[in-house]
Amino acid sequence: MSTLVIQDLHVSIDGKEILKGVNLTLNTGEIHAVMGPNGTGKSTLASAIMGHPKYEVTSGSVTLDGEDVLEMEVDERAKAGLFLAMQYPSEITGVTNADFLRSSINARREEGDEISLMKFIREMDSKMDFLEMDQDMAQRYLNEGFSGGEKKRNEILQLMMIKPTFAILDEIDSGLDIDALKVVSKGINEMRGEGFGSLIITHYQRLLNYITPDHVHVMMQGRVVKSGGPELAHKLEAQGYDWIKEELGIEDETVGQEA
Amino acid sequence: MTVETTLAVTEQVIRAYSEKMQEPGWMTDFRLTALAQAADLPMPEPDKTNIKSWDFLSFSAHTVESEGYSTLADLPQDIQSLIDTENQKTLYIQRNNTPAYVSVSQELQDKGVIVTDIHTAIRDHGDLVKQYLMTDVVKPDEHKLTAYHAALLNGGAFIYIPKNVEMDEVVQVIYVQDDESVSLFNHTLVVAESNSKLTYVENYLSTFETATGQANIVSEVLAKDNAKITYGAVDVLAKGYTAYVNRRGVAHRDAVIEWALGLMNDSDTIVENVTHLVGDNSEGHVKTVVVGRGDQKQNFTTKVIHWGKNSEGQILKHGVMKDSASSIFNGIGKIEHGASKSNAEQESRVLMLSEKARGDANPILLIDEDDVTAGHAASVGRVDPMQMYYLMSRGISKHEAERLIIHGFLAPVVRALPVEGVKKQLTEVIERKVR
Ligand SMILES: Nc1ncnc2c1ncn2[C@@H]1O[C@H](COP(=O)(O)OP(=O)(O)O)[C@@H](O)[C@H]1O
Ligand SMILES: [Mg+2]
Repeated sequence: MSTLVIQDLHVSIDGKEILKGVNLTLNTGEIHAVMGPNGTGKSTLASAIMGHPKYEVTSGSVTLDGEDVLEMEVDERAKAGLFLAMQYPSEITGVTNADFLRSSINARREEGDEISLMKFIREMDSKMDFLEMDQDMAQRYLNEGFSGGEKKRNEILQLMMIKPTFAILDEIDSGLDIDALKVVSKGINEMRGEGFGSLIITHYQRLLNYITPDHVHVMMQGRVVKSGGPELAHKLEAQGYDWIKEELGIEDETVGQEA
Repeated sequence: MTVETTLAVTEQVIRAYSEKMQEPGWMTDFRLTALAQAADLPMPEPDKTNIKSWDFLSFSAHTVESEGYSTLADLPQDIQSLIDTENQKTLYIQRNNTPAYVSVSQELQDKGVIVTDIHTAIRDHGDLVKQYLMTDVVKPDEHKLTAYHAALLNGGAFIYIPKNVEMDEVVQVIYVQDDESVSLFNHTLVVAESNSKLTYVENYLSTFETATGQANIVSEVLAKDNAKITYGAVDVLAKGYTAYVNRRGVAHRDAVIEWALGLMNDSDTIVENVTHLVGDNSEGHVKTVVVGRGDQKQNFTTKVIHWGKNSEGQILKHGVMKDSASSIFNGIGKIEHGASKSNAEQESRVLMLSEKARGDANPILLIDEDDVTAGHAASVGRVDPMQMYYLMSRGISKHEAERLIIHGFLAPVVRALPVEGVKKQLTEVIERKVR
């Protein structure tokens, strides 16, 4: 079993504090949902864990099986087992999706032990089929001209090819129609298992109709303000966030505000 | 530094050379007229690059003699790898100034296609060459360097496609330099008669470190009515040259010229690539990629001039600058009066890999007609940190991520090159240069 521990994480961007002490522990075999209205720090949490250059961790720690993640370069974090499906993936001209994926896979392998082209193509083909992606997406330039839905599927394709230990999925459901949502969920459920843990960030409950989380956390004002089981997501679906705000005496849930 | 502005080569030298090459009298006259004009002509003035101190003219010998290659197996490995030896039927290889290998497929011979070295063309196809050699597309008296080019012409190729001949195979030309002292006054003359189709690819490849000669290169490309020419080139001239490279095309009615140019010289270089869209509905598409390194200075002026109605011009230039290399990228779309319904588009992007590198993109639109469309985009920037983050978040190392982004940035031209071996070579040259 692997464990990702986030302790009292404080993160600033351009000198402004966004995360104000986040605590979370993820084990493999578990799926956690992080919910919360817009502007409450969810993407910031994901970005800080992955090492986005703009986000500055001012205090706290992130460890993966005891290893200090914050000391690692972005690529080292990925090789240590972390993956982030980004809310806004970059577009990279001239680099085909296939070349990019192959580089990602080979980055995890020793020189001289690169994945054979045949094996790679076979694997990518089958994963693309599974995700109902057009085969020509393999030769298209990375995310360039992809629709919102195509980008999301492509993030899940990468997830399935790279097979990380922990995947953070940031709004993987946003902008998806119901069919696409089902496909994306199918991909995530396929990954689910002993050796895999996930942190699914969403502000809608509907994704959780397809992927039942083990734990649900609510973020407001740059902190996890409430945690529970799947029933918490259902309560949020039925009643919205106001009851939590009331319970905790929060007027404005976004990060600019203090409780 | 004193710079030679006149040439050591005399009329006698040129006469003797012309005689030795068994040239007809008109060619001797052509050379001597140009030589006489050269003295008084000004140097070219590439916009935004001062070449006053550039030495284009001093060299030790006008020509060097080299052995030919009797079979392709005699070629050095890095030249061989450019050629698909199984399938490449039509091929001209020039070693320094010597025509070293030529083969033309039976099919093309039967159709009357001419692919030969320029000297043979002058002797055997005098009427055609006389008609087209620097008479219309590029003229000797444009400036000092074109005049010296005409006077000193010492290599090159002649490609002629008769009317209605649509070629499926690619014509490949390789200019190899393996003698440091070689000077190239190399002329490629391409004429595609009406309704013909040609795919052509050429390489300039120096196998030595540092040149002591000069490179003054001109290509003239003529696409007559409804002809289609795809012209690919990869230039890898060694440092030491002060290179002048002028590739110019003229497209008549309904004709299309597509350029894919990988400009990878290590020398200081002035590159001029002009396409005249003289005919109605003609098209010129230019794709250029450049990598500058060391303390190289270069100027890339790409121009599409619209004369014909409804003509379409597109320029795409991508440059990568590292070390303390500096380059000017002038992109000019010019629509002349009367060229209504024309469209001039251009995009110039420069990627800077070091603090000391310089790259200036100057997009210029000159429009003398109302009923047209035009657009340009230009940018000079660094590798996007968000792209780096994205790639690295998949485990790709910083170095490899940068490599992918740079290759991706230069991919438009690599992809457009017609021969697999040449594509691969350009990729390898880029690899070597950006490392
Ligand atoms: N690039 C940025 N520059 C300045 N402030 C930012 C930036 N990104 C996020 N923020 C601030 O952080 C807050 C939380 O953002 P984010 O983590 O993206 O929220 P969420 O993902 O929960 O919608 C935003 O409301 C905004 O005020
Ligand atoms: Mg967000």
